[in-house]
Amino acid sequence: MKLILEKRPQRSAKMALLSPLLAIALTVFFGGVIFALLGLNPLRALYVYFLEPLTSWWSIQELVIKAAPLVLIGVGLAVCFEAKVWNIGAEGQLTMGALAGSMIPVFFTGWQSPLTLVAMLVLGIIGGALFGAIPAFLKTRFNANEILTSLMLVYVAGYLADWLVRGPWRDPDGFNFPKSVNFEGWQVLPTIFGDRIHIGAILAVAAALVLAFVMAKTLKGFEIRIMGNAPRAGMFSGFSPKKTVWFAMLLSGGLAGLAGICEIAGPAGHLQPLISPGYGFTAIIVAFLGRLNPIGVIFAGVMLAISYLGGESAQIDLGVSARISQVFQGMLLFFILACDTLILYRIKLLSGGSRKVTGA
Amino acid sequence: MKMKWMGIAAAAAMAALSVTSVDAVAKTKACWVYVGAVGDFGWTYEHNHGREMAQKHFGDKVETVFVENVKEGPDSERAITRFARSGCNIIFTTSFGYMEPTLKVAKKFPDVKFEHATGYKTSKNVTTYNAKFHEGRYVIGQIAARTSKTGIAGYIVSFPIPEVIAGINAFMLGAQSVNPDFKVKVVWVNSWFDPGKEADAAKVLISQGADILTQHTDSAAPMQIAEAQGKHAFGQASDQSKFGPKAQLTAIIDNWGPYYIRRIQAVMDGNWKTASSWDGMAEGTVSMAPMKNMTDAVAAEAMKTVEGIKKGTIHPFTGPITKQDGSVIGEAGKPLADGEILGMKWYVKGIDDKLQK
Repeated sequence: MKLILEKRPQRSAKMALLSPLLAIALTVFFGGVIFALLGLNPLRALYVYFLEPLTSWWSIQELVIKAAPLVLIGVGLAVCFEAKVWNIGAEGQLTMGALAGSMIPVFFTGWQSPLTLVAMLVLGIIGGALFGAIPAFLKTRFNANEILTSLMLVYVAGYLADWLVRGPWRDPDGFNFPKSVNFEGWQVLPTIFGDRIHIGAILAVAAALVLAFVMAKTLKGFEIRIMGNAPRAGMFSGFSPKKTVWFAMLLSGGLAGLAGICEIAGPAGHLQPLISPGYGFTAIIVAFLGRLNPIGVIFAGVMLAISYLGGESAQIDLGVSARISQVFQGMLLFFILACDTLILYRIKLLSGGSRKVTGA
Repeated sequence: MKMKWMGIAAAAAMAALSVTSVDAVAKTKACWVYVGAVGDFGWTYEHNHGREMAQKHFGDKVETVFVENVKEGPDSERAITRFARSGCNIIFTTSFGYMEPTLKVAKKFPDVKFEHATGYKTSKNVTTYNAKFHEGRYVIGQIAARTSKTGIAGYIVSFPIPEVIAGINAFMLGAQSVNPDFKVKVVWVNSWFDPGKEADAAKVLISQGADILTQHTDSAAPMQIAEAQGKHAFGQASDQSKFGPKAQLTAIIDNWGPYYIRRIQAVMDGNWKTASSWDGMAEGTVSMAPMKNMTDAVAAEAMKTVEGIKKGTIHPFTGPITKQDGSVIGEAGKPLADGEILGMKWYVKGIDDKLQK
């Protein structure tokens, strides 16, 4: 008796849908095991972690705030990954978007008009897209691996932000402390449903809907899918692989940049050395958990937002370590990658005899 | 311990489920937001130690809760709001980057008292608090100048904010009080906690002739390098002698306990008021670890300086002080004004470094 993985004749549509749910179920189950090993009541701990964030209007607002940047970046990455372009540097593009958009309040502190905000958001998109253009150029011109280049640029952006906020861009009245001037009036995103949720959340949902339409109904969407899955076939039908790389990097970079400026002009309200707690990296999990489907990404973004907030309530209510969020996020990515195997393979129980295992 | 946490968890759950039950809780609830981990043996470790002291002091009358590793920015606003909603009566936010979030949340919860460490903005229910760490730095400067054979100390620093600059200057003035030719070399690592970079900085400083290290960063790495290379160092924020039993001369210890006890008591008595607290050795917020690895004469002199600072007869920034650019500040025999120290942007003469404008 042994278990083998057998290749399916074609992708299983059912498993493609079930895999993320299975991954979440496995994460919850093993999360319960971890809580039990820590000496906690697993049911109560899981309640605190996964359900309590949904039980009050306040924490639902916080969930939306947390999910907005994840969704905004995640939908861009979903399209990017669908084209098999591996942009790992969304965190850097987010940072550059935040910096580019912040130029307005830093240099034109007194400018107050609805156009101020529009200019900030547009600059944010441009900043992120331009930073995404660097790996695109290196890839198309020199065939440099975009995984490495985009990832390394994250650190470049991070140090640039650090230097600006501590040096030339710091608040002149701030006693040398590392923060910019506070953004005021039209330099801040308007809020909806109270004073916490900013319009970045609407932008995130809008971006997801537009990209869902583009991917499902337009030639561009077809081009991206075919260039990702069968590049030779795509080239025969006249699509350019280089153009696909450019499109994917500019789109995902621009959306990450928008997320960056929305974070700074939204809940933060001023530039500081730490612009994001790793949204650009977490969004990679979001994109895969959402099946690289823009609508799926919305749900995945909320799921990951829960893992952040749940980690905080678990810390306060249960006294577990702050690292618990990272443990859950890691488990989630691990299980989803493992479960994705089941889309192309099925598990078979063999009795007697030994057959070669057909691995991946 | 586990049972206790379960109890707190159950209480918190009940508070969360029934909004009206808050009034029923007679206990005063004090809450802390930490930027680092409670096990960092530096900044956060000492704040948490202060929390433990408060808990011990008040026993059953006070409930204390903390949350660690909270990122500065929107995450901290949420964490502070969570505490304010969960019935905390007083909330201590212990990092500079929590300043704006603390003020924002405080506006929404006028009945909750907020205390922000190291900031400069107060409001009706937001107090700022910090400690005169430069008093300790003056003492260790003196010890360094007496103990050093090369006459050079290495100073590992984070960011050029006034508190850090005042620390470097106080160290130098302490050293100059016994050796006017003493030299201080400065290396900026641009981080509050980065053991790798701090260790590199320590090695560089030692290779440049420094035989005594001090730091305004939070890891124990420089102490370990000093121990390994047979040099001396001063502990930061807490007693780090276990990282350098032969290297540590003494340490400046942040002792927040008395302050926390006083402020929580004020909340219980109903006479909490907004303030900008700036306690030092006299109040016990800044204290020194046991003097070791030095001659008795040096230790005795250092203790005398500590006593003088406590009594107010010695003030680290007593005029006239010659700045790096040659100009002189302060009247003879009089200490600088607090505002001058809290906004310090200049070096004392003799420091081997330049501040960016």
